[in-house]
Amino acid sequence: MCLAVPMRLTTIDGVEGRAEVQGVGRTVRLDLVPGATIGDWLIVHAGFAIQVLDAAEAAEVMAMVAVALEGGPP
Amino acid sequence: MRDDLAVFRDVGRVHALAEAIARLDPGRPVRLMHVCGTHENALCQFGLRDLLPAWLGLVAGPGCPVCVCPASDLDLAARLAMDPRVVLATFGDVVRVPARTSLAAVRARGADVRIVYGASDAVALARALPAREVVFFAVGFETTACTTAAALQADPPANFSVLCSHRLVPPALDALLGLPGVAPEGFLLPGHVITVTGLSAYRDLASRRPIAMAVGGFEPVDLLLALKDLVEQVADGRPRVGNDYPRAVRDGGNPAAIAAIAQVFEARDAAWRGIGTIPASGLGLRAAFAGRDAAARFGLVPDPEVPDTTPGCRCGDVLLGRLEPEACPLFGSGCTPDVPVGPCMVAFEGTCAARYRHRRL
Ligand code: SF4
Repeated sequence: MCLAVPMRLTTIDGVEGRAEVQGVGRTVRLDLVPGATIGDWLIVHAGFAIQVLDAAEAAEVMAMVAVALEGGPP
Repeated sequence: MRDDLAVFRDVGRVHALAEAIARLDPGRPVRLMHVCGTHENALCQFGLRDLLPAWLGLVAGPGCPVCVCPASDLDLAARLAMDPRVVLATFGDVVRVPARTSLAAVRARGADVRIVYGASDAVALARALPAREVVFFAVGFETTACTTAAALQADPPANFSVLCSHRLVPPALDALLGLPGVAPEGFLLPGHVITVTGLSAYRDLASRRPIAMAVGGFEPVDLLLALKDLVEQVADGRPRVGNDYPRAVRDGGNPAAIAAIAQVFEARDAAWRGIGTIPASGLGLRAAFAGRDAAARFGLVPDPEVPDTTPGCRCGDVLLGRLEPEACPLFGSGCTPDVPVGPCMVAFEGTCAARYRHRRL
């Protein structure tokens, strides 16, 4: 029950929206992510979006991993 | 972002990170603990422990909210469900957890027990069944508590109430550090809990009890980055609170979720199954929401006589990372996901269930 999954927000209707991942869609409550906009990747848990994923941070982590892979400073 | 997920599972990156961890060998054993059922599942699913050096141990702590839900609360839920006015709605895993009885057992005897995906589904059920009393049995850590809070703030119908068994992670970590033979050298912190709460409670903990901590996500690269961070902290003797899941975890967490929890709930002392009572580790409804308290609405109190554990089950030791599930005499023989003896074998996030699902055949 504690599973939380990333899903992409496709429509917003008031405090609810529709989110999809790999062709599976569901209604999600947006009460806890007031700034979310269509196209955002959300973390969805128990029917609620609990956070908006940050694409820039994701890219930064990958850059960090690349440095680690080259054996440079972490 | 979704396409990027593949890079978080990339075999080359995963192996390179594992090798980078192995190079940090401090010349002695290092024991770390995670406190998240989803971490356990990812570790098992991707076989990550096999990639780690022999000196690095990673045990599972009390990270499964269904497993730590005390038998007395499960018993209260079962008694509520037996009330003919009540429709008891909760998560699927909770229904099968054995206590004095289980929700599945009382459902077989005619109780109206429904499985829902979350609090908002339970509210929808209450709207659809105006002549019934819908009780949402709310189990889970902060990740779930904020969703229960949001549902209660959204003005649910009068026939909706909550049996609240939410638990908080930081007080449990604090308690674990005080238990001899349990305290690890570092905690792999649960990414989705901290997505909600942010890092401040963990910084407070670190200021009182210096211990390595790092927030990890759930893909192999996320997990190994956090483990590398933890080993570095242990090796250089300078524990800090690392955030290795920054695409989801902001320093201040999710302010809307934090506010929802604070407005609806207050911290109370609470029992953890197999572990005991931990100060200020549970959430109860604030006075403004007292009318939504299902136990009060139906005049029920917990029965202290309910045995917390099943004879022979070692879940208490598994939850504290004292025992690997495979070392329980019942694992896989007397206890399987189909015929579970203890909560750790029932819940998807239970350590015994994760190990059983991914065991070598
Ligand atoms: S294997 Fe079964 S009996 Fe043993 S600790 Fe796990 S849940 Fe309990």
